[in-house]
Amino acid sequence: MSNDHTSGRLSTLQAAMVIARRDFSAILFSRSFFIFLLGPLFPVIVALAAGSIGQQVDSNIARTTLGVAMSATDSTALIAARQHMEPQLGGQAPDMVLIGDRGSSASTDPGALLRQQQGNVAAIVSGSLAKPVLTGAPGLINAWQGPVSLIAAQAQDRAQQQAQGWGPSPFPTVALAPVENTNAAERQGRMRTAQSAQTLLFLLTMLLAGMVLSNLVEEKANKIIEVLAAAIPMNAVFYGKLFAMLGVSFVGIAAWGATFGSLAIAGGHSLSELVAPAVGWPLFIALGIAYFTMAYLLLGSVFLTIGSMAATVREVQTLSMPASMSQLMVFFFATYATASASAGLTLTAQLVPFSSPFAMLGKAAQDGVIWPHLAALVWQALWVALVIHFGSNLFRRRVMKSGPQKIKAVKRKLQPA
Amino acid sequence: MKMELGQWQAAGNAAAPSTISDSVPLAIEARGLVKCFDGFTAVDGVDLLVPEGAIYGVLGPNGAGKTTTLRMLLGIIDPDAGYRRVLGCERPHDVAHRIGYLPEERGLYPAMKAYEAIAFVGALRGLPLVEGRKRGRALLEEHGLGYAADRQIRQLSKGMAQQVQLLATLVHEPRLVIFDEPFSGLDALNQGKLERMMRGLAERGTTVIFSTHVIAHAERLCDSVAIIAGGKVPFAGPVDVARDRIRPQVRLETRAGDGLWRAALPDDARCERKANGTTFWFFPLPESGVEPLLRALIEGEAGILSLSIERAGLHDAFVAIAGEAAARALEEVPEEQSTGSKRR
Repeated sequence: MSNDHTSGRLSTLQAAMVIARRDFSAILFSRSFFIFLLGPLFPVIVALAAGSIGQQVDSNIARTTLGVAMSATDSTALIAARQHMEPQLGGQAPDMVLIGDRGSSASTDPGALLRQQQGNVAAIVSGSLAKPVLTGAPGLINAWQGPVSLIAAQAQDRAQQQAQGWGPSPFPTVALAPVENTNAAERQGRMRTAQSAQTLLFLLTMLLAGMVLSNLVEEKANKIIEVLAAAIPMNAVFYGKLFAMLGVSFVGIAAWGATFGSLAIAGGHSLSELVAPAVGWPLFIALGIAYFTMAYLLLGSVFLTIGSMAATVREVQTLSMPASMSQLMVFFFATYATASASAGLTLTAQLVPFSSPFAMLGKAAQDGVIWPHLAALVWQALWVALVIHFGSNLFRRRVMKSGPQKIKAVKRKLQPA
Repeated sequence: MKMELGQWQAAGNAAAPSTISDSVPLAIEARGLVKCFDGFTAVDGVDLLVPEGAIYGVLGPNGAGKTTTLRMLLGIIDPDAGYRRVLGCERPHDVAHRIGYLPEERGLYPAMKAYEAIAFVGALRGLPLVEGRKRGRALLEEHGLGYAADRQIRQLSKGMAQQVQLLATLVHEPRLVIFDEPFSGLDALNQGKLERMMRGLAERGTTVIFSTHVIAHAERLCDSVAIIAGGKVPFAGPVDVARDRIRPQVRLETRAGDGLWRAALPDDARCERKANGTTFWFFPLPESGVEPLLRALIEGEAGILSLSIERAGLHDAFVAIAGEAAARALEEVPEEQSTGSKRR
């Protein structure tokens, strides 16, 4: 053996990096990592499949139509007026089809006529242009009442104009004068940007931080935890585990970001669809990364502590549901506080360590001042350190001990019969 | 509660048992270590003084508090009371790079290759990873496991994995090595190899501490031992001193069954009469020594056919010391339980 190198005392950070490097490479080079990377694509595949099935179902079911059973003149005028108004009414104008005997339809019972229909005729308009009558299912005739009234009035006007020898009068063209950013629109847009960013941050932390729950189970199952605990401080083990999972998360985010980003660009979408955040896009993205890191480390350190107390994988699985629920509550609190007009509530969300990253990202979208973000990051980092200190101490006290049960069992054996 | 040595002595503990000369540098100095778990006192005032370069055994029955004591010395857990100094440092993690530790419950990452596992444990102790890999391969080669260097731990037999972990314990060339029940799970051949390895370490100046409940290993290897029973240390010191705790046993064969000479034998002497008329006597050597006994036997015409005096082994000493302590602890239980706390 070479004696050129001697071992030296490791700092907590160096010790954490030894653990992080091992965990990171162990996860990255495992087969399951591939499945992890594909994970977020599953919902997309499901959505695409569901969309395609839905489209097929839609194409198989033709649109419902309105049967016109008026006198021949009125029916023709109504259908012509509907065609004339279609550009203005858009999808609200019901498709119309002429049914029944033109000469006698007015005297036929519309209900009986509707029951005789085999196609897509869902309602019948009878009567006259001056007094149209809609017969059909209540929901549908209620929805068509307004458009049919408008079309009938138009048909009457057109009939009068025709009688006076005039052609149909065209609809006037409305000129548009768009204003890029009104204050209200900008505020609303930034709120939308804030909420989009918070939702993305929440989805990523929920998707990724939960993995930390089961992180110490491997070490406990393999009994290697004692080797680690004897060599380096337990908080270094905790930091190392978190750093490794954070690294894995960033690899995942990079892969998913590249995939979904490419798809979005290919689909003609861009960030410009959202109103630019108050701090500008480059800084907003940088802050997003920083707040994701903090949200991940904060939640991860709590999950790691909870998970480290669990003795089995089953216990970890049982714990994962309340953990996810608590994440959801934090997210709701932060988004509610961001949208709220109450300054006190907003400040509370920014100060409570677990909602702080979400609330501060929301603030970055709405407010251009930078220094509160530096203070918030320091504040959140302090809480990460505190939670890890507490968690690692709890782990040492509760888990790293000789089992009193074993000792008691030996004592029972020593007891005279 | 943790104390500095000065505080500890000032608290009236200066007369703690010590058989080590003040001039001998100590690898481990622990006084009055106490550890409780959920109101249960697992270690109750343990004192340990281990000189540098010694092979030191920590003996005790299962559940005696050996592992808890070692964990406190390593800094895995902190004592509730008492004082510890490891390689001159009160915080064991500060000298972790000079300590090697093989826990009782062996464990390595199953997916790691053997040489990587050694390098990883070395890295935990501050050895650069590249150097650790190099040393890992060299160590495996040196111990006849070179062919397994690139195999994953899960692909090795239990015994081989144990050997890999043992090598990992030593890869950073520690000055102090602590083994917790190192012989458990090893076959006789590998137990012999381990004994030779431990002697080799001590010859190179490394302090070796190991816990065991198999006395033979300690008797063959150790300069000094600490006997732990019921969380306490009823004895700590050189193996010879432990053995001298029990008076040598006399085995006497006489032609006569009775006579005046019987007065020279202690009252608790055990007697076995043989069919041929001779009688065997078994008793501890009287404090007055062998000469007055012999004189009385000869003058009393006992007809001595054979007489042997056997010095007590470490096993006898251990049973006597640990047995008494365990019995004492058991007697304390009902009294303690009545006050709501549990102690061994």
